[in-house]
Amino acid sequence: MHAIEILGLEKTYRVGFWRKRPKQALRPLFLTVEEGQIFGFLGPNGAGKTTTLKLLMGLVFPSAGTARILGMELDDRRMKAQIGFLPEQPYFYDHLTARELLRYFGQLSGVEARQLGRRVDRVLERVGLQEAGGVELRKFSKGMLQRVGIAQAILHEPRVVFLDEPMSGLDPMGRFEVRSLIEELKSEGKTVFFSTHILSDAEALCDRVAVLHLGELRGVAAVEELAAGMQAKVEIVWQGNSVPAAVQALGIDCRTAGDTMRAVLPEEHQDFVLEALIREHLRVISLTPVRMSLEDYFVAQLGEPVSTGKGDSAFGQPLRSIPEPASDSEPVGRARL
Amino acid sequence: MNSRVLHIAVNTFREAVRDRVLYNLIAFALLMSAAAVLVGMISINIERLVVVHLGLTAISFFGTVIAIFIGIGLVSKEIEKRTLYTVLSRPVRRWEFIAGKFCGLTGTLVVNTFFMAIGVFLALAYVSHHLNSFDFAVLVAVYFIVLQFLIITALALFFSSFSSPLLSAIFAFALFVIGSFAEDLRGFAGMTHGIARWLATGAAYLVPNLSALNIVNQAGHGQGVGAGLILFNSAYALVYTLAVVSAAVVVFERRNLK
Repeated sequence: MHAIEILGLEKTYRVGFWRKRPKQALRPLFLTVEEGQIFGFLGPNGAGKTTTLKLLMGLVFPSAGTARILGMELDDRRMKAQIGFLPEQPYFYDHLTARELLRYFGQLSGVEARQLGRRVDRVLERVGLQEAGGVELRKFSKGMLQRVGIAQAILHEPRVVFLDEPMSGLDPMGRFEVRSLIEELKSEGKTVFFSTHILSDAEALCDRVAVLHLGELRGVAAVEELAAGMQAKVEIVWQGNSVPAAVQALGIDCRTAGDTMRAVLPEEHQDFVLEALIREHLRVISLTPVRMSLEDYFVAQLGEPVSTGKGDSAFGQPLRSIPEPASDSEPVGRARL
Repeated sequence: MNSRVLHIAVNTFREAVRDRVLYNLIAFALLMSAAAVLVGMISINIERLVVVHLGLTAISFFGTVIAIFIGIGLVSKEIEKRTLYTVLSRPVRRWEFIAGKFCGLTGTLVVNTFFMAIGVFLALAYVSHHLNSFDFAVLVAVYFIVLQFLIITALALFFSSFSSPLLSAIFAFALFVIGSFAEDLRGFAGMTHGIARWLATGAAYLVPNLSALNIVNQAGHGQGVGAGLILFNSAYALVYTLAVVSAAVVVFERRNLK
């Protein structure tokens, strides 16, 4: 049985004040997630990730299509008791303490009264908030609210956990802890479906990922499979500050670092560039295959780097196939391949 | 009561209490204390009338303000702050959420009114030096005010289920004002002819008849209130409230929580 089965789910909103026009937030989406997997749902802002999660949670209604979670329809109350959901940038009742909030959500999820206190204490400890359980939520920082959000999503020990941007608002330590928590959930046999625009998180955690852009599914596979399907690249470093004319004619981006030059190029041009360097009597220092990353796939699918507009850059993580130039580096030539 | 409705109601009540909603009781207590002392000094033989009028009007005013200003945010605030997402992703039906919110705010208003009513009776006891059987009418008047709160809360919740807080406040307050003059509207309908009569009659029966639930004058003058009126008003308020809350549920069941 699939943990999640999305069968042509589609959402079109009607926008505008007087003359309403249709805006397709999600094109027909077909997707399955197996039980026990960590599944990453990737895409820039406005890609349709949150819309998909809202459709699965029954917060918005599909224009067409359907979905099943744990083999049950989206409006099945038995299914809802077996899932947990963390919305993006969660916000909770200001005047409740973290413990009271979790008790409330536990009651709504049908957790037995005699187990509730123990579960709340355990989950507070799990998200590192055991000391803050009695503090009103209005006094919580954004990162602490995010932890409470994660706590309420796993409190009732759901089989499938949906997390919308779970790392948002967390400091590096918090992100590390959430990553560990997601891995723990997997080791407990739970399915985790999380959306993110931070590719390093997805690459580090996910068994499989789906890339969504402008409401359309662009690809779904294991991370390695996605990257493997891309054009291979190599990095060549040589001594000196000159670039042979033949190499410049290819339009390869060559950068200088001290007294060496470096270029990253498609594997198919490797022999041609090496011959050109040898012809010019330039000493080749290294030739290294570049590991293709999820980010490379992402950029290829989206056409261009996407600004997230949230302060977190989708490309701000150490995943680049093209290493950042040193501070004294500067590009010396660029043209279209 | 359904346990999820109960949990949502208790949470709504707790939020309202912690949000200092009941602080209005302090203002009310000060008002009643000052009034009891003042009217004792400046009124001759109408102390009771003044205290009853002032007390019941204050109960009605404070309760209506709370019903409208909290009621309009019951749903829209939860959507705006996304607290609703974590509730509805659980095994909670949308109607249970609406019912729980309604019961929670109604509970808050009942507790609030209970304490204010004690204040009115204390002030009455102070100016009259004793309570008598005529004061039963004051108790019935308080009960009718609670029935008004049921209707106003339901209306605020209804508007909140599809509209912004500002528009919800305007709509709910407008209906409160029109409803307070519902008897006059019915009288006006009786004087018109043709299509105007149909429209005015329709409007008169559509808006809540809050004026029928206002017996402050009778209570002030110590006039008795028949059991028939109590039963009729109770049935009217409950049916009207149920209809409006049901309408809120119907709207909310279809709403996309964008």
